[in-house]
Amino acid sequence: MTQSLSIKDANEAVASVAYRLCETVSIYPITPSSPMAEHCDEWSSQGKPNLWGVVPEVTQMQSEGGVAGAVHGALLGGTLTTTFTASQGLLLMIPNMYKIAGELLPFCMHVTARSLATQGLSIFGDHSDVMACRQTGFAMLASNSVQEAHDLAAVAHAATLKCRVPFMHFFDGFRTSHEINTYQPLPEELLKDLMDEKAISDFRKRGMSPDDPFIHGTAQNPHVYFQGREACNPFYHALPESVTCAMKKLGEVTGRHYSLVDYSGAPDADRVVVVMGSGAETCEQAAAWLNQYGEKVGVIKIRLYRPFPLEAFLDAIPATCKSIAVLDRTKEPGCLGEPLYQDVITALAQANERREIKVIGGRYGLGSKEFSPAMAKAVFDNLKAKEPKAGFTVGIIDDVTNTSLPIDEDFDLESPEVFRAVFFGLGSDGTVGANKNSIKIIGEETDNYAQAYFVYDSKKSGAMTVSHLRFGPKPIQAPYLIKNARFVGCHQWQFMRQYDLLKYAAENAVFLLNSPYGPEKVWDHLPREVQETMIRKNIQLYSIDAYQVAKQAGMGGRTNTIMQTCFFAISGILPKDEAIAQIKKAIQKTYGKKGESIVKKNFDAVDAAVANLYEIPLSASPTSDDLIPATVANAAPDFVKNITAVMMRGEGDRLPVSAIPVDGCWPTDTARWEKRNIATEIPIWDPEICIQCGKCAMICPHATIRAKYYPEDAAADAPESFRSTSFRSRNNPGNLFTIQVAPEDCTGCGLCVTICPAKDKANPRRKAINMESHEENVARERENYDFFLDLPAPPRAELSLTVKDSQLREPLFEYSGACAGCGETPYLKLLSQLFGDRLIIANATGCSSIYGGNLPTTPYAKNADGRGPVWANSLFEDNAEFGYGLRLATDRKAVIAKHFLKRCSTELGDNLVREILHAPQQTEEQIFAQRDRVSVVRNRLKTVNSPDARALLDLADFLVKKSVWCVGGDGWAYDIGFGGLDHVLACGRNVNILVLDTEVYSNTGGQSSKSTPLAAVAKFAAGGKATPKKDLGMIAMGYGNVFVASVAMGAKDSQVVQAMAEAESYDGPSLIIAYSHCIAHGYNLNFGPEQQKKAVASGHWPLYRYDPRRTFTGEPALKLDSPAPKIPLREYIENEVRYRMLMNSEPDRAAELLRQAQERVQEKSARYQLLASAGADNTEEN
Amino acid sequence: MNLKTTYLGFELPHPFVVGASPIAAKLDRVRQAEDAGAAALVMNSLFEEQILHHEAGLAEHVYSHEESYAEATSYFPSPEDFHLGPDEYLERIREIKQAVDIPVIASLNGTNLGTWMEYAKYMEEAGADALELNLYYQPRSDEETCEQVEGGLIEIVEKVRQSVKLPLAVKLSPFFSSLPCFVKQVEEKGANAVVLFNRFYQPDIDIENLEAVPSLKLSDSSELLLRLRWLAILAGRTQLNLAVTGGVHTHEDAVKAVMAGADAIQLVSTLLRNGLPQITKLRRELAQWMEEREYESLAQMKGSMSYQHAPNPEAIERANYLRILQSWDVQD
Repeated sequence: MTQSLSIKDANEAVASVAYRLCETVSIYPITPSSPMAEHCDEWSSQGKPNLWGVVPEVTQMQSEGGVAGAVHGALLGGTLTTTFTASQGLLLMIPNMYKIAGELLPFCMHVTARSLATQGLSIFGDHSDVMACRQTGFAMLASNSVQEAHDLAAVAHAATLKCRVPFMHFFDGFRTSHEINTYQPLPEELLKDLMDEKAISDFRKRGMSPDDPFIHGTAQNPHVYFQGREACNPFYHALPESVTCAMKKLGEVTGRHYSLVDYSGAPDADRVVVVMGSGAETCEQAAAWLNQYGEKVGVIKIRLYRPFPLEAFLDAIPATCKSIAVLDRTKEPGCLGEPLYQDVITALAQANERREIKVIGGRYGLGSKEFSPAMAKAVFDNLKAKEPKAGFTVGIIDDVTNTSLPIDEDFDLESPEVFRAVFFGLGSDGTVGANKNSIKIIGEETDNYAQAYFVYDSKKSGAMTVSHLRFGPKPIQAPYLIKNARFVGCHQWQFMRQYDLLKYAAENAVFLLNSPYGPEKVWDHLPREVQETMIRKNIQLYSIDAYQVAKQAGMGGRTNTIMQTCFFAISGILPKDEAIAQIKKAIQKTYGKKGESIVKKNFDAVDAAVANLYEIPLSASPTSDDLIPATVANAAPDFVKNITAVMMRGEGDRLPVSAIPVDGCWPTDTARWEKRNIATEIPIWDPEICIQCGKCAMICPHATIRAKYYPEDAAADAPESFRSTSFRSRNNPGNLFTIQVAPEDCTGCGLCVTICPAKDKANPRRKAINMESHEENVARERENYDFFLDLPAPPRAELSLTVKDSQLREPLFEYSGACAGCGETPYLKLLSQLFGDRLIIANATGCSSIYGGNLPTTPYAKNADGRGPVWANSLFEDNAEFGYGLRLATDRKAVIAKHFLKRCSTELGDNLVREILHAPQQTEEQIFAQRDRVSVVRNRLKTVNSPDARALLDLADFLVKKSVWCVGGDGWAYDIGFGGLDHVLACGRNVNILVLDTEVYSNTGGQSSKSTPLAAVAKFAAGGKATPKKDLGMIAMGYGNVFVASVAMGAKDSQVVQAMAEAESYDGPSLIIAYSHCIAHGYNLNFGPEQQKKAVASGHWPLYRYDPRRTFTGEPALKLDSPAPKIPLREYIENEVRYRMLMNSEPDRAAELLRQAQERVQEKSARYQLLASAGADNTEEN
Repeated sequence: MNLKTTYLGFELPHPFVVGASPIAAKLDRVRQAEDAGAAALVMNSLFEEQILHHEAGLAEHVYSHEESYAEATSYFPSPEDFHLGPDEYLERIREIKQAVDIPVIASLNGTNLGTWMEYAKYMEEAGADALELNLYYQPRSDEETCEQVEGGLIEIVEKVRQSVKLPLAVKLSPFFSSLPCFVKQVEEKGANAVVLFNRFYQPDIDIENLEAVPSLKLSDSSELLLRLRWLAILAGRTQLNLAVTGGVHTHEDAVKAVMAGADAIQLVSTLLRNGLPQITKLRRELAQWMEEREYESLAQMKGSMSYQHAPNPEAIERANYLRILQSWDVQD
């Protein structure tokens, strides 16, 4: 039968099946599975029915553990259910997976297979997570491509109904989940046919009902538990038949035939690779290529992995096979072989057949490590060797245990009929969106099949995107990155000096360059190395000043449609006019709902693009003397130069195992070496206008505005353009003061300018800090900034706890990869300024762990003494407990240090020991004094060689107070980590908790959390959140012994400083909930502080500090730092897209939710007023 | 008392119409207005500039974050239902039309000629009974001539007239070198009424924070005088209906407006200040005032004090204005 084609990624292709085949969906966001849950939530809120005409109910839970519980209940209750997850989320489901399997509940979950957090976190794909579930009793079905994921999703749902064993359907995270490819959607009739109505009826009848009561989950004693465990065996025996049956039915209708195990390759192969997932496609291609050249190789693709299909597997092995390499996309340290390898060994042993076959195992593709045909070939080549390397790795250089196989880097098997194109852009220029459109145009409007895969940077501002596009006359099975592209598009000029983009280009390839220079000048402006490579590869160079064209069309920095038009114009995939018509059609479709003016601007840009596109002739030899500069400054530490810089250039794949820390412990203070220069405008200080309030430095998310005062003579050698003015201070007269921008690190967000209160009286448009051209100022300001950094820092002992003085302290959190204008990072910067030299941070997974700890460079820095924040991320769900553990360790080390201190009193002197043991450490001055005493200890013990002295030297630093902070977002604190957070608060230990509250899961794309306010739209709350935000502060205050503060820097910065200082000084648990504006709120973040003011003024975000110490003096513990609501809530919320979406789409519902939210604000305000006015007398009476 | 009047082809029971204001933003207010006896309702203006601003903001601050980062390729649910452009406004026209029986006059302020025509058409399709073109335009360039500005405004009237069949009112500002000439051109291009005059958001200055602060204060009766003069000058010279807006707060104000030539009286400030029952009150008081003075009908009174009929037309002219100013000398 003929079926229409669709072009989507596997997440959508799978979700479209799962959604239609279930009645309830429980969800929780986790990369890379979140889009499946998001699709289901959106479809449900749009009222889209399932296969049986009923709209499935989609419910978000607080964690994957919660999802698993809800799924279990929904299943035992008798409803068809699904969920989506990956990685740690899947691990959290394991306890319930045993239950669901043990109770034979038909269920199918879809997993985007992803790495697990081990020595580091990886959001990318491998099979570590699914392999950790192979013992749960779930059937496991693997898909290798978008089409397969779509098809086998249906097979899994059908089979589970029939055989009652729950299924985990999995496919590779990112490589398959996020790959866009042409596929044939399954017809609705087939889905109906696959889902056995009787099985559904039986399942429903088994569902728990008081009308027909039974009992589940009994406690079983030794006399029956074992038998009960074995009772399920027949169902597992029958399972393969259920899968085969569904596959067969699907094959009959679609012509796509699947088996439990599929073989591909030479029928008389002597060498075979056994593999699961997208790597199977790569191996299959490599095998086909090798067979063309006379080799005899084949690939066994395991589809049903659990229960392991022994017979099907044995049947799939060619009779001629002499050796097998089993590829596992996971790592099990210390094992004899990874899971699939062990299964193959066991299968052959158990069958007692084919003993002559040599079987070796190897690992590939961990954390989405590229697995190319060259690597697959290396695996086949290895089997050819007399003594094939066993326990090998492929795709890396292992120079430590020498497991890696050599790769033929030049091997390329791709057919010339496949058009390969690679595009480099910035996230903000829309390159990926345009390429998604292009691939749809090509896939839908031509006879071509199409594939697209996108690689993103880990930075959230100024992030590079790489788009890999293929299309050709046959279905594209190429789950690997493109090399030897026929077309390379560089959409950002600066990349030419930062990355080797030409390595992607084939000989004679077209290179399209967005250049700010005109056609006559562009060639001469290219670096010499680039010119050399272009000449050597005989590149056809085209150039356009897309910035200029975009500007003229009123599109700002969005050059996407311009570059897309150029691509079509040059590549000739479609006749030019037709291509332009199709681009416009796509623009209309994409932007139609976003506004006619956007459509028109894009149309104008398309029309102007071709007229401004030029072919640039290459000179016979290079003309440029401009060489590509070193990635990092020469002054950088060796580690940064040799390792970090390689990653920064996008060449981390080349780093050998020996270059990588063995235990995930990396040096801090590396962001300073990554000069990204992503701003187009930077702030320049005007000392004449400045009132020296420090607000600009305080709000700067990237610590690129610095303030210092210093003696006049320190500026004697200042660069000519260095600005300074007299420092306004009664305590420190005679000093100079400077505000200086870090011009190469600034993201150009402009928050500093927005918040600056000082205006030029003659021209109030001009403030004490003003945005000016980066290009014109960067060289001068670089020199100024270098000089500024070398100026002496103000003595900390002289600094008070005002906003101004807080910003005179050195930030030890700088130049992070957070979004431009981020609302979270100013809090962390302040934390590092106040306590950075003694700061221990436990960071929950989320935005703050990504901009805080994503390689290659990290922002936590060190001061001149080498001290600075020490930072670690454990998991998402356990961060409070993790931080608590760090507190335990810190305190215990102090106790042990004191123990040895006492034992060394003879060598150290009683007075010193006594002083150290009894010294107060409340103020910074006292802490510094203690540090000095510890230095004395170190000096005196230098010559003492005793076990006690050695032990004390190891731990002496812990005699100085440390500050332990748990940091994370609301997804952690309100949802997944709440249980632990609550427990840590209840434990009474000195652990400080900083919640960076953006009121959504920001890092995974704005999903609703329990912090999301009533009436706000978020993913998973597409129809507007109908329940109020959890009052976490009030819950914490309920303990009575927890310091609690609610702060909003944009509304009252002085209160933030105060709250942090008080929380740190409180010898007990502290919780600070910090309002953090976020791009997920949907407005110009320049107005972030303004919105924070409104959030406070409306009563949505009351400011307060609840300090249990106040009760000792008879005062109420709660002190409100903001007045009763002064403006209607509407005045605050109507400025943000998250609220406006609902006002726009469902005004009546929005109005009703707003009414409720307003009521809630009044109630909350009254409650807080009451608490704040409650006298200590009442407290005592109670 | 027969207070009937005709405006934009509708026979109204009296001249009091709800003017363009936030009243039309809430359906229950619209119903209350009808219950209070409003003869017709002018919706608040759809400002294309606002839509453009919103679109640009979304493009720069929402869509620009999409497709940038592996874990989050977007930050909001699919914008499937997030309609921009005029959709929300058009939907409101439909709702209001369903909710009330009085004539509903949609109001439009565009920035591009094409949009004026396009949106006007949409409004017609959405069921508006008439259209009020809010011809507010602020020139900013010193290259733009008076002829170009006025020519552009006239072209808008002409093009909109060509694109819709609806009765067309044109709401004007008082700042024309020759208002009668401009109104004449408006009439020639096919408009059915003019509305005198628009009131503007005018920036105030925050002298502490050195910021311009947009403000719009409610009108009072003193603002009526400017309108009375131009109503009086236009009445009888043009066949267009004349509506007054700005400054009618009492029944005496209404009497003056009608005497000067107004066919319809748009009420906003007085309703915002006193509530919608003010319509009932004004209607009652107007009728009572006329009865006491033995007027037969509104029609009898209409235009009685226009330039054409006033016993002392020179008082409507500028000479008189100068004389008054001179009498306002500083008191010793």
